[in-house]
Amino acid sequence: MKKKVLSVLLSTAMAATLLVGCGEQAAETAAPAAEEAAEAVEEAAPAEEAAAEEAAATDGATYAIVTKSAGNPFNERTASGFEEVITAAGLNCVVQHPESATADAQIAVIQSLISQGVSSIAVAANDANALTAALAEAKAAGIHVLTLDSDVNADSREVFCNQAGVQEIGQTLLDAVLDLTGGEGQYAILSATSQATNQNAWIDAMKSIAESDEKYSKLELVEVAYGDDEPQKSTDQTQALLQNYPDLKVICSPTTVGIAAAAKVLQDQGSSVKLTGLGLPSEMAEYIGDDDAHSCPYMFLWNPIDLGRLAAYTSIALVNGDITGATGDTFTAGDLGDYEVVEIDGATQIILGAPFKFDASNIDEWKSVY
Amino acid sequence: MEKKSLWAKLTASREASLLVVLAVLLIVISILSPTFLSFTNVRQILLNNTLTMVMALGMLCVMLTAGIDISITSTLAFAGMTIGMLQKYDILHNTFLLFVIGSAIGLVCGFLNGIIIAKGKVAPIICTMGFMYIWRGMAYVISGNAWASGQDVAGFSDFGKDGSIGPYIILLVAYVTFFIVMKWTRFGRRIYAVGANPEAARISGINVDRTITSVYMIMGFLAGLAGVLSVSIYASAQPNMQYAKEMDVIAACVIGGVSMSGGRGSVVGTFLGALIIAIIAKALPLVGIDAIAQNLVKGIIILAVVILNVITQRMMDRQNLLRREL
Repeated sequence: MKKKVLSVLLSTAMAATLLVGCGEQAAETAAPAAEEAAEAVEEAAPAEEAAAEEAAATDGATYAIVTKSAGNPFNERTASGFEEVITAAGLNCVVQHPESATADAQIAVIQSLISQGVSSIAVAANDANALTAALAEAKAAGIHVLTLDSDVNADSREVFCNQAGVQEIGQTLLDAVLDLTGGEGQYAILSATSQATNQNAWIDAMKSIAESDEKYSKLELVEVAYGDDEPQKSTDQTQALLQNYPDLKVICSPTTVGIAAAAKVLQDQGSSVKLTGLGLPSEMAEYIGDDDAHSCPYMFLWNPIDLGRLAAYTSIALVNGDITGATGDTFTAGDLGDYEVVEIDGATQIILGAPFKFDASNIDEWKSVY
Repeated sequence: MEKKSLWAKLTASREASLLVVLAVLLIVISILSPTFLSFTNVRQILLNNTLTMVMALGMLCVMLTAGIDISITSTLAFAGMTIGMLQKYDILHNTFLLFVIGSAIGLVCGFLNGIIIAKGKVAPIICTMGFMYIWRGMAYVISGNAWASGQDVAGFSDFGKDGSIGPYIILLVAYVTFFIVMKWTRFGRRIYAVGANPEAARISGINVDRTITSVYMIMGFLAGLAGVLSVSIYASAQPNMQYAKEMDVIAACVIGGVSMSGGRGSVVGTFLGALIIAIIAKALPLVGIDAIAQNLVKGIIILAVVILNVITQRMMDRQNLLRREL
């Protein structure tokens, strides 16, 4: 009897383990945009010359966007930017949010779009390789395929709309440090783990940019601390930075957990050290402001709406044959300005631009967005 | 009365040797970082380790019955996420009620652990492993992929703000209460009895199952409380909060001389153990140890203290035997 009870309990526990395992994965996929942002670049074969379709703008053409998943404010904002541009141009727009953030869900959506005969599909890929077959099918049906937010391998699409390149992020963060220090002085970086790929790439970019230009020569990077994306450890690390470097002027934290923890430490202590970095507006609204009562004058992240807009203009340019997705192609994306297709690590892409700045003037508007 | 040598005095109790360890640690750290023992620092150490210190008391009770609970930080996340969401969606903003709800969730989680371990005779590490996944999963489920952030918990987070005295009062009350309960009440002594020799405890009329269930309930309650504190102190509720931190709590107990095989451990020892863990975490980045080597150093210090503990224990046993022979 007891054995039975035991085995029932054990199997329940195991079943629960499985369930929970799945749940956690999904949750992580939808986690902050900062994580997934600049991992965009995929190694792949050189850009392939997609034969420009004969037709120019066709009346009643339909443009589709496939986001990563439903229920994520970031994705919804991206789709709204896309839709706005397409409808303003008098074209038809289809927005598809897959039920879950998986490649399978996206494949089903893409196949239904193929049968609808859309002109283009812009997809924020949930998997770099799993969509290959579905996208090839779309191409074979004469549909233009592009990616945004996160890329697939370069053979499967014509071009990738990247929200921010590593260099742009490094440049923006370093310029923010330069501005907040007043041009000279000590600054420190509070990162995630010492192994975090994105953060390390951004920090390396900051370091190399700092060396390359004379105007950064009076900035001194005193330490790169690692808070492991844990509030507790990030708190200890921030407090240690403050104590070890009494002349510290700025902390730059290119990670959402780290910047929020540091913001709280600085604000609670009324420290004069200022903070900047990459953070979620909803997490940081408490701490953003120009006065001394707020620890973070401004910070950055990507603007999902502009990313959607760029993808829309790119879709139109591809369908109209203005660009083919080859390196060096240029086009005008409405009021976003002029863009050029560049090749980074073998992947052709259009980089949206510098990260979006959140400060006292716009944080109230953005904190409810994502 | 004969005069004991200093060595004999130091080895006469576990707590005394821990105090020596603490003193040595503090001296070394203060030399490397002279301002370490400033009022601000001490305040921050306690605040940033409130969660570990509170939960260590529960772990002490659990380990005294030769058990272990690795579901605590999942319980913490479940309780914390719940009260975070209550605030995010403007359902409840009353600090006191939020504390009650969070602790009650923890109590229920702990009760389930306890009843399965006591009545179902499931090994504690297996049972709590199951719940470790379940409660962490529940935290993700109720979060709905959202976080409760600074603005959502504004007001509530004042309770745990750097400089407010709330968390210190909770710490003080918790430690004083447990000190009294474990030393001078029948309930406290029962826990020791059950851990030291369950069979003897049963024969002497102690309801072993009920005692075991109650220690897991205490643990759950404290984990729920820690969840509420975590949201208040860090002004943020995320489903992955305090992930894997149960090891710090267990380490605090082990350093404090709590035996994994039950029946041995004290509130004072646990306090000192938790304090040592806290001081290590605070000091490592301060004394200029390279970031990537900090965990390594932490591990070495923990092992060194535990080995010292074992040696002290052996000395104590030997002295006791000698005394008995005399």
